[in-house]
Amino acid sequence: MYEPILSKPKSFFETYKEKTGDQTITHYCPGCGHGIVHKYVASALDELNLTDRAIFVSPVGCSVFGYYYFNTGNLQAAHGRAPAVATGSKRVNPDSIVISYQGDGDLAAIGTAEIIHAANRGELITVIFINNAIYGMTGGQMAPTTLVGQKTTTTPRGRDPHNEGYPVKMCELISQLNAPIYVERVALNNAANRAKAKRAIKKALKLQSERKGFTFVEVLSQCPTGWKVDAPDALKWIEEKMIPYYPVKVFKDTSNEAEPYPEAKEIISGEKVFEILGIKRDEKKEETIKYEIPEKYKNPRIKIAGFGGQGVLLLGVALAQVGMMEGYNVTWIPSYGPEMRGGTANCSVNISDSLIGSPVVEKPTILVAMNKPSMEKFEKDMVSGGILFYNTAMIDTEPQRDDIIKVPVPATKIASDLGNIRVGNMVMLGAIIEKTKLLPLETVKSGFEYFISRKNLIPLNEKAVEAGMNYIKENNL
Amino acid sequence: MDRGKMVVNSDECKGCGLCISQCPVGCIEFDNETINKQGYHPAKYKGSGCTACGICFNVCPEPGAITVYKLVKA
Repeated sequence: MYEPILSKPKSFFETYKEKTGDQTITHYCPGCGHGIVHKYVASALDELNLTDRAIFVSPVGCSVFGYYYFNTGNLQAAHGRAPAVATGSKRVNPDSIVISYQGDGDLAAIGTAEIIHAANRGELITVIFINNAIYGMTGGQMAPTTLVGQKTTTTPRGRDPHNEGYPVKMCELISQLNAPIYVERVALNNAANRAKAKRAIKKALKLQSERKGFTFVEVLSQCPTGWKVDAPDALKWIEEKMIPYYPVKVFKDTSNEAEPYPEAKEIISGEKVFEILGIKRDEKKEETIKYEIPEKYKNPRIKIAGFGGQGVLLLGVALAQVGMMEGYNVTWIPSYGPEMRGGTANCSVNISDSLIGSPVVEKPTILVAMNKPSMEKFEKDMVSGGILFYNTAMIDTEPQRDDIIKVPVPATKIASDLGNIRVGNMVMLGAIIEKTKLLPLETVKSGFEYFISRKNLIPLNEKAVEAGMNYIKENNL
Repeated sequence: MDRGKMVVNSDECKGCGLCISQCPVGCIEFDNETINKQGYHPAKYKGSGCTACGICFNVCPEPGAITVYKLVKA
């Protein structure tokens, strides 16, 4: 009778529900080393019974989607920052087992500072470093670990140390530091080395669970696609090219002598942080707000949209700044294309007398449309009863909705009459505060110095705000 | 009776050939008769010779493509 002895580790999801496309297979290329190392990590977690405590920090690189596969806690860090994210995660969850999993571009190029200092601080994390001597995800460019003479898309004649420097040896660097207790380089080239790799990863995780110190395992791994060889030949390439330069061995192991770190001190709770900073979270803001706002315009969620260059982002900053000066909680978040001028831009502003959950405004209560495409795009998202300010100088159509309040303001025209077409945004600001009574004019005036960088333009901006207010009054809007 | 056997979940196999190249007894081959849903010829067990050493499992990059069985005396 046959019994299964090796099968898919339990620390993987059974099917990868977060993944797009086929949810039974990984997104990795055929023969990729990542899948192999993933398996070793998952097996080790299974064997050590650590799955429920594990937090897997995915990097940027091919393994960015680690969270598709590992049935553990998952975080995904900005490029190179996995050890920093892992540090924070471990410190606030001292009982967790934190794995920072990184490739060579992530760890040895953009993230060099993070890894060196996380190692030097002796963070209680395990770093798995996949070294395949190339940038795989982006198409096979030179990485810091690319070998001398190795051809990549950015070193088509081979890496020349006089031009690109020598390959960085991370284990050698890390093992020079005092704090790390276990630093080993392993390889995937043959069965014996793979067995060592599996053991090294398990050992590193075990040491972390014993609170012994910082552990680092470098894996020499194949990238058949980036190296342009088939998978079996890639294993030979590791053996013939990589191992002579990157010796496979234990660089440092003081785990027997290392004393376990003391149990973590009392964790400072989020509430305590507010207390230390002197912030009273549930403090009602009403007493600081002196201005009477009509009920229906309270706590607005504002979307401001237009062409880049129309000052839509600045208008948002102005509203948020003045709101803040009035004692409200505010958020401002911009969204714009890569174009500097002529593209479309929009921003979201929240002004609230209670805590704001998300800065994103999906259903605006106030929409400011400075041009036609913006009105067409965002009008449909408005809440019923919302208020739409639209720049009739640049919008020749009428809004479609009947269940919203429409306030046509020829902002660009008014600005042009004032002598500077670019203060149309401030005309709109005037229209908004006059119509909604959201913010008082005096505070807007004292706020100018914070958001108008050219001080000689402040008088013009004041005039523009007043012109916007007057337009609303004169036309009974 | 062989000491072990290996089973390939052919739809999860990407045909990289690592298990075939690394199997010490050469008991795995490409199934050239089959094209799986990803468009590869998957690996398959030749049907005899397996020692349940586990090398194929530990070199296979797909978490669930290979399962290795060991003969236990009933």
